[in-house]
Formats: sequence, structure tokens, C-alpha cells
Amino acid sequence: MTRLTFPTREALRRLPFTPADVAIIIGALALIVVVAYVGSTALVPFQPPDVLPEPISLDVIHLPYYLARSTLRMFIALFFSVLFTFTYGYVAAHSPRAERVLIPLLDILQSVPVLGFLSVTITFFIALFRGSLLGLEAASIFAIFTSQVWNMTFSFYHSLRTIPREQQEMARMFRLSRWQYFTKVEVPNSMIGLTWNTMMSFGGGWFFVAASEAISVLNQDYRLPGIGAYVTEAIDQQNFGALIAAIVAMAIMIILVDQLVWRPLIAWSQKFRNEQSEAHETPTSWVLNLWRAARLPSLISEALRPASEFVNRALSGTLAPKSAPMTQPRAAMPRWVDWVYNGLIVALVIGGAVVLIRFILGEVGLPEVGNTFVLGLITMLRVAVLTTVSTLIWAPVGVAIGFNPRLARLIQPVAQFLSAFPANFLFPFVTVALIATGISLNVGSILLMSLGAQWYILFNVIAGAQTIPSDLREMAANMGLRGWKLWRRLIIPGIFSAWVTGGITASGGAWNASIVAEVVSWGDTTLTATGLGAYIANATEVGDWPRIALGVGMMALFVVVLNRLFWRRLYALAESKYVL
Amino acid sequence: MATLRINDAKAPATDRNGALIRAVNVCKSFELPDGNGIFTVLDNINLAVRPGEIVALLGRSGSGKSTLLRILAGLIPASSGDVFSSGRRVTGPNPDVTMVFQSFALLPWLTVQQNVELGLEAIGVPAKERQARALKAIDMVGLDGFESAYPKELSGGMRQRVGFARAFVKQPKVLFMDEPFSALDVLTAENLRGEISDLWEKGDFPAQSVLIVTHNIEEAVYLADRVIILGANPGRVRGEVVIDLPRPRDRSSRRYKELVDGIYIVMTNPDRDVTAAMAGVPPRRETPYPPLPHATVGGISGLLELLQERPELRDLPEISSTLQLATDDLLPIVDAAVMLGLAEVRQGDITLTDAGRAFATADIQTSKEIFRAQLLERVPTVKMLYNTLKEKPNGSMRAGFFLDILDEHFPREEAQHQFETAVDWGRYAELFEYDRGEDRLLLPVEVSELTD
Ligand SMILES: Nc1ncnc2c1ncn2[C@@H]1O[C@H](COP(=O)(O)OP(=O)(O)O)[C@@H](O)[C@H]1O
Ligand SMILES: [Mg+2]
Repeated sequence: MTRLTFPTREALRRLPFTPADVAIIIGALALIVVVAYVGSTALVPFQPPDVLPEPISLDVIHLPYYLARSTLRMFIALFFSVLFTFTYGYVAAHSPRAERVLIPLLDILQSVPVLGFLSVTITFFIALFRGSLLGLEAASIFAIFTSQVWNMTFSFYHSLRTIPREQQEMARMFRLSRWQYFTKVEVPNSMIGLTWNTMMSFGGGWFFVAASEAISVLNQDYRLPGIGAYVTEAIDQQNFGALIAAIVAMAIMIILVDQLVWRPLIAWSQKFRNEQSEAHETPTSWVLNLWRAARLPSLISEALRPASEFVNRALSGTLAPKSAPMTQPRAAMPRWVDWVYNGLIVALVIGGAVVLIRFILGEVGLPEVGNTFVLGLITMLRVAVLTTVSTLIWAPVGVAIGFNPRLARLIQPVAQFLSAFPANFLFPFVTVALIATGISLNVGSILLMSLGAQWYILFNVIAGAQTIPSDLREMAANMGLRGWKLWRRLIIPGIFSAWVTGGITASGGAWNASIVAEVVSWGDTTLTATGLGAYIANATEVGDWPRIALGVGMMALFVVVLNRLFWRRLYALAESKYVL
Repeated sequence: MATLRINDAKAPATDRNGALIRAVNVCKSFELPDGNGIFTVLDNINLAVRPGEIVALLGRSGSGKSTLLRILAGLIPASSGDVFSSGRRVTGPNPDVTMVFQSFALLPWLTVQQNVELGLEAIGVPAKERQARALKAIDMVGLDGFESAYPKELSGGMRQRVGFARAFVKQPKVLFMDEPFSALDVLTAENLRGEISDLWEKGDFPAQSVLIVTHNIEEAVYLADRVIILGANPGRVRGEVVIDLPRPRDRSSRRYKELVDGIYIVMTNPDRDVTAAMAGVPPRRETPYPPLPHATVGGISGLLELLQERPELRDLPEISSTLQLATDDLLPIVDAAVMLGLAEVRQGDITLTDAGRAFATADIQTSKEIFRAQLLERVPTVKMLYNTLKEKPNGSMRAGFFLDILDEHFPREEAQHQFETAVDWGRYAELFEYDRGEDRLLLPVEVSELTD
């Protein structure tokens, strides 16, 4: 009866390694060498201002190294994002008291523009690691972290709150320890949502790695070795060849990471699907197939089993099941604790408000607040135009693609690739065109912002169109619905909720991009648009902390209010009225 | 009809130390939403499970069977009363029991073997022993060779076998099953039921006793030594029936049929309850809105037409098999027909009333008129909806208003069901219309014009 758990004698006589093992060993070794080399150079000491970092070289030979540095930054940020996600999400889901603070806080943090985090924190990081580039490195990683983490945390928290009831009961019945529950129930339940969100956030992160590697603070230009700095250098030197090389390199890296990391993860995460029947179309990945064909991974995990068994038992022993599952959670603590706790929260909020008002009145003055508000309105107008125009263009295209399954399968990855591609690499081309034609950046910045944002609308509309059942389409054709009538009765309701998702992501991306899109340069020429993004960028450049805070705060306020008043309502409408 | 040995529900015929699990005056109520008071699901339940017996808890859906089982298993607390297991008060997950779930509750990302080992891992059984015991349990349920398969590769019946193996492997004192076969198709369920019964009869069953929750009378009679019948609204023990049949059970025996028929009678007459009187259980709570059985107009008229066309069909079990309907699906339809005064049930036989006959033979408009008259006369919920609308000048009212009213008498989900059923009936009778987009009830156009 034990035959299934041990390799058969026939299997043992086979070669210990398959070609898949060879591929995996080579791949793993190459990865270790690259990471070790790139990582070690990151720790070379600097003594600015006397010993300045080596200037960025536009020689294509150095490009792979810069790209590797940027990529390493992305993965370091990802590591911290995962850590943060698990702790923050876990605490928020398990402690009702913490939840009351953590979830609204997360909602606000999510609305703060990512480059705003960078502007606000960069002086702090530079001061923290005075005399070394590590501060800048940390600020860059922090910016990438903030671009990835909120989404992931929400996704994890949401999964923990929606664990199927019977799984919860089963776990209690069989007295799973908290550790077992975490590893066998909670994490698996969150896996599909988490991998998808992580992949999307990671894609968005390239934009910020590029934007954060070259930044002007306190009138000083800082450059971190990385592909973003390479692009900035190319812009300064007006070097088109280097720009194109960077774009190609970036595209290759995005595809590589997609093929080597995300496809396999997405394909692997399908085993955590909860409906217990095979899905029609499961994502596949050649890397995952290779991994599964190889015998090394299973041999290693077999060898490690006693160790993991030991760790599991040790952790299970210390993290016994929740001791009082029979008592109502609220009755567990006396009322007054809640009162004190709530009082504390209220006091903190009031205290914060007082500090804020004193800050506004003392440091910047009310007129400045009015000024940023008007600038915010201008940027909001740009975002609105962008969302509308992108919708008008991409909704019909997306629907046409979505209705054609073969085309959709082809285009969908391309749209996803385009949304992950850092649009700021393309900015110089638009800048040059704007300079040549003399079009004002006030209009041109809309185009810049849309370079990254529009694709979210496209691929969400494609996905939405794909979910419209084909018999409904046949019915519509049969009834002779055509043109606008067809759109009104079938297509718009069908794609509405997907479009809302795309629209909210696109407009969030556009707000973020405004900070780098409202001030652009080519060589010595700098174009500036009127807007909140330019305001923040300029304040960051001169290191005017109160104005940075004011600008970033104003932008966050705009995003929060728009989300509440506009997008949430559309979501509610989508959920109540237009569910297929 | 069958003579049933009815035990007194209040004092199970066993001495104080003889019971493995005992419920003493267990009550359970849930708070109604928005502080509208409480909704009692279980009212003063007393029962005991003794060593070596299979006990079935039989009741219609919504009678609180699952809730009771979870209280006995220590998964949710009782509102009042106590549960004792092996003489100790239960205050957390009851270590003496393991449960087989209706929906299997397997973890899809673990293999069959890992799923089965889960419970052993939790109590710190070393890997070697875990593996050996799991393999034995898997063998016992006939899944030999599927150890490394994932649940999604298995059919429903095989998945539930994994559920059984996972419960068996812990060798509980009492095995709990919550409608373990009702998610399976008829043949698979029959097959698995037979195997469980065989295992029990062979004598090396991995638990001393079994407590099975079911709404299927045949299943209860086939498997159990005692059937405890739960009444609904609120759930209470109406009495118990001792199944004095030899094992293995012969379904064609006269006694078997007598028992099934007898229990049908008890189940179809919720009010005429011999043992409830003996147990001194308080009478049903008075409510201005007696709960509507969840039956669609289509179901009701289907049943009435069948009865009209085949007058010889009277026996409920027979009808249930003719229609290939599970009892639990047929009973609400029967209840609805009775509530509407279109049919009568006596001694487990159903007959049409005059109104019912007229309904079944008339053309659609006349049928609707009859239905309307019966509704307004006999169904307070629908009458309340209709009268409210008539009093409104514009003849229209938001659904939320009615839900708030019903919320005061039912838990939130049930209030929603009640509202949906009332709307379904009232719409058919053309008493009012329902605008789903606006979520409003409104009088049909002609009627509101007449009243204007
Ligand atoms: N957690 C809960 N909150 C409110 N009402 C509940 C809850 N659990 C069950 N109920 C109500 O208790 C009643 C009995 O439910 P249940 O025990 O599942 O019945 P059964 O298993 O007999 O079908 C139902 O009306 C249900 O709506
Ligand atoms: Mg139930």
C-alpha cells in the first residue's frame, strides 16, 4: 500500500536526472551568479560629495548591468511587499479592533500617488544614509514597494475574509493549529487572487523603478545605476540610439520575467482553485512543465521533508488553535476596553486634523491651498479627457477583439504587456514631437499620461466582452439588434463592470503619471504644464517639504473623493444592475 | 397504519452515564438584524447518543438540524443549555466527534492522502504513523490507488468517500454526518449509503456511534436504530421512533414500509403531534405572518393537475417517487397547496379540495381568479403586501419597506425568501407587479386606475 509514496524500483533504476533537471540546474546557477554579482556591486561604498557615483554610461555594453540592477530592485521591493501583505492582511483579518484602523488606512494609502511617497520620503532616506547612495536605493525600493503593496494586501485580506464556511468549520472540527490553518487553508485560498494582483502590481512597478532612479532633490541630480537613470541620461544627451536600446532591453526583460516568473506562478496557482471541477481553459507555462518534469525539485523536497515536518510541528505546537472559539468574539473583552480604544482612535484623528490645519495655516497659507486645489482641478480635467478618449477609442476595438476568441487570445497578452511597459521610456519621443510642433505640454501631457494608462481600459474591455455569453449575442443578432441599439441593450451592460475596473486603474495610473508627465525635458529644453503633477515635481526638485506634502495630500484627496463619489457608485451600479 | 413505538423525548431511555453525547435543554436563537429581537431556531432540545447506535435526526430543511449538529460538535455555542460529551461539558470543538460534511469540505489543493492526514497532523501524530493510518482509512472506503489524486480529479461520490476516510481516521467516539449523501446523485448516494451500512454491520466500524442528519425519511429508516424527529419554527424534538428492523435491512419488508409511511404521517402533520404534547413543548409561536412554504406557483399547479388527472394517486411517498422529487422538495409544495386551501392531507394521503379541483380544471384566467381569492383569504403576507399598495396613492412601494416588516418576524435570509415567495404568488394572481430594477412593488395598471 505504500507503493505510491516511494519511487518504484523501476523508477530508481532510471537515470537520476532528466534533461529538464539539467535545464533547471543551469538556470538556477545562472540566476545565482547574476544576483550575486549585481548584488555585490550595489554595496560599493561612495563618499559624496567628494567621490560622486560613476556617471551613467550610455554604452550599450553596460545596459544589461543597469537592467539587472533595476530588476533586482523590483524583486527586493516585491519581497518586502509580500512580507507586508502577509502581516498586515493577517492582522487586519483576525483582529476586529485592528481592522477598524488598518482597512481605512489602507484605503487612503492606496490613493496617495506613488511618486508622492517618493517625494515625501526621499529627503528622509537621504538623511538616514548620509554619505552613501544607499538612501537613494532605499527610496527607490520604497517607491516600488508602495506601487505594489496595497493591492496585494487588499487581495490577501479579502481572501482571508471570504474563506468558505465549511472549510472554517472543518478546520475547527479537526483542530488545526493556527499555523496549519494559515498554511493549509488561508494562504491557499488567497493564492489565485494574490498571484494575479502581484503580477499586475509588479508590471505597474516598472514605471516607478524608472521614475525613481533619477530624481532631482534639493537642486541636486541623483542617479542610481539602473535602466531608468540610463533613459534619463539618454534624454539629457539627446541620444536616440540609447533610448531605443533601453526600450528593447526593457521589453525583453518584461517578457523574460513574465515567462520565467509570472506565467509559471499563475499556472501553478490554478491548483488552488476552489470550485472542485476542472476549468475549461487552464493557463499553462512551459517553465512550470519543465519544473514538473524534472525530478530534482521533488527529490529536494523529499529530502527536506523531515526538516519541514519538524518546523511544522514546532510551529503548530506553539500556535495552538484559538483557545476560545465558543465565546462570542466581542464578549471576550470587557466593553470599556473598546471604549478606550475607540476614544484613542478618535483622539488621534482629531490630533491629526489639528496638526494638519496648523501646518496649512502656518507653513503654506490658505491661498496656497486654493492654488493647489485649482491645479488639482486642471489635472483632473486631463485625467477625465484621457479616460473618455481612451474609452471611445478602445471600447469598440476591445469589444471587436473580445468577440473573436482567436484574436483575443493573441491580443490579450499584448495589451497586458503594454500596460506593464513603463510608459516613461516613450516620453522622450512625444517630447521631441511636442517641441517640433510647438504644441503645448498642457495638451501634450494628456497624451503622455495615456501612454501607460489606456491599455488597462483595452484589456479589461476585452475581458468583459469575452464574458458576454455567445447565446446572448446570437439572440441579439436574431432579434435584429444592430449598431447603437446593440450597444445599449447588450454590449454596454455586458462590459460595464469590466470597464469600471479598467477605468479606475487607468485613472489611478494617470494621476500617478501626471507627476512625471507635466514636466518633461529633452536635452536642455524643459516643458512644463500647469497642473498638480508639475507642482509636486517642482516642489520636489527644490526640496520644499511643506509644498511637497501639500501637493501630495491634495492629489490623494482628489483621488479619494473621486473614488468615493464616482467610481464606487459606478461599481455599485455595475453590481446591482449589470450582472450577467 | 403502522404502530410506532414512541419514546418520551424528555427522558431518553438511558441512565445518566450511558450516553456518549447528551444535550440538556439546548436552545439556540440568532439575533434578528437591526436589533429586531431574536429568532429562535432550537427550543429546549434534549437528546442523547448512546454507544453502539446509529441515530438519525430527521426534519425538514430549516428546522435547525445542522445548527443542532454543530452545537453538539462544539462548533457553535448554544444560547442556553448544555452539551455533555463523555460526561464532560462541551465548551469548544468536541474531541469525541468528527464530522462528514454535506459539501465534503475537502481542501482542493491537498491530495486525497494529505486531506485524510490533516486531522492527524493537527494532533501531532508522527509522519510514519499518520501515513499508515491514512492508508488504512483510504483502503476502508475503497479509494485504494487514489492516494495521490486531487479532489477535483474525483467524482462526487469519491470525494465524499475521502470525507468519510478523513473522519474515520481519527476513530472518533461518535461520527457526525450532515446530510452526507444529499449532494450526490441518486444512484451514487444509494451505493455509498449501502457501503456505510455494510461497514457498520461488519462490526469494525471506526466509530462507536453515528449521528446522521437527514431530511430523507427512507435514508433515516434504512440506516438508523432511532429516528429523532425535529419540528420546525422553532426546532424542537417532536419525538423519536425506534427502528426495530433487523440488519441488514430489507426494504421490501412490510415493517420497513410501515415505518416509512408512519413517519411520513408525522412529518406531514406538523401540528398534530402526539409526542410534543407528551414532552410539554410550548406551542408554535404565534405570528401574524405564518411562514410561506418555499414553493413556486408552477410547482403547486403542477401537483394539483397531477392529482386531478390521476385521482388514484394519494399516497405522498408514492407521489414523491412518481414525480421523482425528493421529499424535501415535495413537502413545501404540498404545504403550500394546503395553506392555500387547494388540497388537504389526512393520514399521509393528499386529496384536492373543491377549490383545488376548480383550479386544476379551469382556464388560466379563472385559475388566476381562484388563486387570487384563496391568497387574499388565507395568506396574510400576500394580503399585507396588497393592502399596503392599495393604500398608497401611487399604488407603489419599495421592496425594502416590506422586507423591514418581515425582518421583524424572520431572520434576514428567511425574510428575503418569504418576500420572494409572496411576490411570486401575488404576481401570478395579478395582485401586483414587481419592478426588479427599481426594486418596487406596484399595483397592476388597471387596478390602480380603478381605485383612482
Ligand atoms: N448564523 C446564523 N444566523 C442567523 N440565522 C441562522 C444562522 N444559521 C442558521 N440560521 C437559521 O436557522 C434555521 C435553521 O438552519 P439549519 O440549522 O441550517 O437548518 P437545517 O439544517 O435543518 O436545514 C434557518 O432558518 C436558518 O436561516
Ligand atoms: Mg442543513
